Amino acid sequence: MRVDSFTYLPRSFRARFERPAPVPGEDAEVWAPFEPRLADATIGLLSSAGLYLEGVQDPFDVERERNEPMWGDPSWRAIPHAVAQGGLGMSHLHVNPADVLADHEVALPVRTLDALVSDGIVGASAGTHVSVMGYQEAGLVEWRERTAPAVVELLRDEGVDGIVLAPV
Amino acid sequence: MPVLARRIEAAGIPTVLVTMMPDLADHLLAPRTLGVQFPYGHPFGMPGDAGMHRRVLEAAATLLAGAAKPGTRVDLDIEWPVPAKEAYRTWQPEEPSPIVAYFLRQRA
Repeated sequence: MRVDSFTYLPRSFRARFERPAPVPGEDAEVWAPFEPRLADATIGLLSSAGLYLEGVQDPFDVERERNEPMWGDPSWRAIPHAVAQGGLGMSHLHVNPADVLADHEVALPVRTLDALVSDGIVGASAGTHVSVMGYQEAGLVEWRERTAPAVVELLRDEGVDGIVLAPV
Repeated sequence: MPVLARRIEAAGIPTVLVTMMPDLADHLLAPRTLGVQFPYGHPFGMPGDAGMHRRVLEAAATLLAGAAKPGTRVDLDIEWPVPAKEAYRTWQPEEPSPIVAYFLRQRA
């Protein structure tokens, strides 16, 4: 099956994503070999759903985005692996949040990762995962220069061997 | 997200991107891409469908560990169980996002 990347995209946005502008400084391949066996590896998750610990962490700044439509909050949140269903809020103005709030696994599959660990397919889960708010146009520079290095530092501290990123 | 994946990969941590827009990931040179033909907001599938979540995450982990070279893409063969028209309508927020509202105002 070849996935059609535009099935669910409003027609007026198609050209924007069919021929995206090149990102300066991002024109060469990058590659980090995956060294361990998957069954021995620690895997982390990163969601762009704008997830935060409800009542504990600040939501992402959607009010500023409402006032500045080209801007997206470039900050990030550390989400503990043990987060319970119902423990997450979602700041994202571009998708309907109902299904992610009803079942966090839709965007951040921590219990699914537990099942893979339990069956011996994956070695271990990271103790902490990451969420960002994926809508970045004006914020891309800050994402690259501040958010990405901070996330990398967390992943190293967690001993992560590889990470599954899932934009919404 | 492909840019964030690339930055993490460049720092030495292998990445895989699970995305509804694998063509965009290809354009932006994501190292490993798992394409899913799901409505936005649902990278691991339907709410309440643990089997679907597992298929997606297991495929992603397998690709993460098994891809041999940059630009490796696998498209997952899972059909969304809701008619496309309905899924197209329901993934969208109740009010248009600020950028969509901005473009609609420009067009008016």
